[in-house]
Amino acid sequence: MDEIQKGLLEAVADLHEVPQGAYNFRVNGQLDGRNTTENIDIVTKTDKPGIDIIIKAGTKNESVHIPVVLSQSGLKESVYNDFIIGEDCDITIVAGCGIHNSGDQTSEHSGIHSFFVGKNSRVKYIEKHYGAGDGNGERIMNPTTHVELGEGAYLEMDTVQIKGIDSTARKTTAKLDDKATLVIKEKIMTHGSQNATTDFTVDLNGAGSSANVISRSVAKDKSTQTFYSKINGNNECYGHTECDAIIMDGASVRAIPEITANHVEASLVHEAAIGKIAGEQLIKLMTLGLTEQEAEAQIIDGFMK
Amino acid sequence: MLELKNIGYKVVDEKNQEKEILKNINLTIDDGFVAITGPNGSGKSTLAKIIAGIIKPTSGSIIFDGMDITDLSITDRAKNGISFAFQQPVKFKGITVKKLITLAAGKEISTTEACNYLSEVGLCARDYINREVNASLSGGELKRIEIAMIIARGTKLSIFDEPEAGIDLWSFKSLIRVFENLHEKCGGSILIISHQERILNTADKIIVLTGGEISAYGTKDEILPDYMKGAPSNCEVLTSKCD
Repeated sequence: MDEIQKGLLEAVADLHEVPQGAYNFRVNGQLDGRNTTENIDIVTKTDKPGIDIIIKAGTKNESVHIPVVLSQSGLKESVYNDFIIGEDCDITIVAGCGIHNSGDQTSEHSGIHSFFVGKNSRVKYIEKHYGAGDGNGERIMNPTTHVELGEGAYLEMDTVQIKGIDSTARKTTAKLDDKATLVIKEKIMTHGSQNATTDFTVDLNGAGSSANVISRSVAKDKSTQTFYSKINGNNECYGHTECDAIIMDGASVRAIPEITANHVEASLVHEAAIGKIAGEQLIKLMTLGLTEQEAEAQIIDGFMK
Repeated sequence: MLELKNIGYKVVDEKNQEKEILKNINLTIDDGFVAITGPNGSGKSTLAKIIAGIIKPTSGSIIFDGMDITDLSITDRAKNGISFAFQQPVKFKGITVKKLITLAAGKEISTTEACNYLSEVGLCARDYINREVNASLSGGELKRIEIAMIIARGTKLSIFDEPEAGIDLWSFKSLIRVFENLHEKCGGSILIISHQERILNTADKIIVLTGGEISAYGTKDEILPDYMKGAPSNCEVLTSKCD
């Protein structure tokens, strides 16, 4: 890997060196390194680009890193990664994509991730997106995530897109069995003329299942954001969706939460709030000696943390 | 230390009528503990905000430590040594108590130092240091964190707008001790807007604002007996306190 690629890797996966445990590095469309463990196997797909990550039942406290780095301008790829997670596991999965585009052609990565989580397993899934490079070529990421949670399974998905992605359309779907829990925390910051759309659809099919979908975003300059969040309560269940956005400058933010109860014991809540930074917050920090710009930076930094 | 010269503040209301919130305020505050009291709507909070730079007066000038600060921004006044504890503390999603105290201190501080400031306002620091300053905290907790920030700043002039409001489970004695400690440590002036007789009783000087004007200014022995007589005679609580 060269320095640009190493920088991207650090930005999306907090990795300075080869990680512990299982990993699969994809650099400019090619496999750049792989490690499997006794419990975690990684197999290249034969019918389409991508990998199967197979985690044995009972695997605890292990991690899988599958970062993707694109530094070749004009590269467009769709990658299919399937996670097959056995019963009673407790694992952390770190994915992420960094694009460095210093050319004039569009670079595009579409990661299609499917999670099949076995009974009573716990999964923490972390995904970061980052773009850099001073070329005119656009940096586009369109992640698709599909989650199927077995009985009593728990999946927490943290996604972060802070900088440099010109256009993103995120699609996430989930189906939950009895007593399964899904927590999604999304953070997005857009600037310039960027556009970000996220679309969540969660089906709470099992008795006692629950979902919490939380999005926090900051839209600066002339950027646009759209947030769709649909939760369907098909059984005795609890669902909550929340979108909280700070709007600045000439940006535009739309939030469209939708909750549907198809069962009398379904309890569903949605919240959406869009607003500029409160004047009193700026004033308070200014009375502590911060300039208006410093105060604004602190407020955004805290909000996105 | 702080001198207000002919401070006036007028606004135009929705009926296009001019309203005078503060009229020709002339005031010199020296080192020590000064309380401002007066009926609701008499202009106390407006005066505090004018000193902190949040509101610009429509006339007059403000001299702080020999410097004319009338045209200085909130930030510059803060940097020159003015602190202001809000009556209604502000909430911040995502910003932790530790972060706010650090910003108030103006430098990186250790967790122990931040905890010490919280302990001074009666908060068990370990429980609070990493919490967000958001709606999950009660009004009383937010208020005490607001006061802890002023202690962390330790400036020449500290202004508190009704610090007693919402301090339900914490004794007045402790609040008064906070002011005494602050004065001991930083010297300078402490300016407190309050309706509470027990707070007024500890002040070196008391200013009474009525209808946007200073109606009395003196020591507590000069002011309090008369001021408390002004309490409605049919209110037993207030009248019995004067005895």
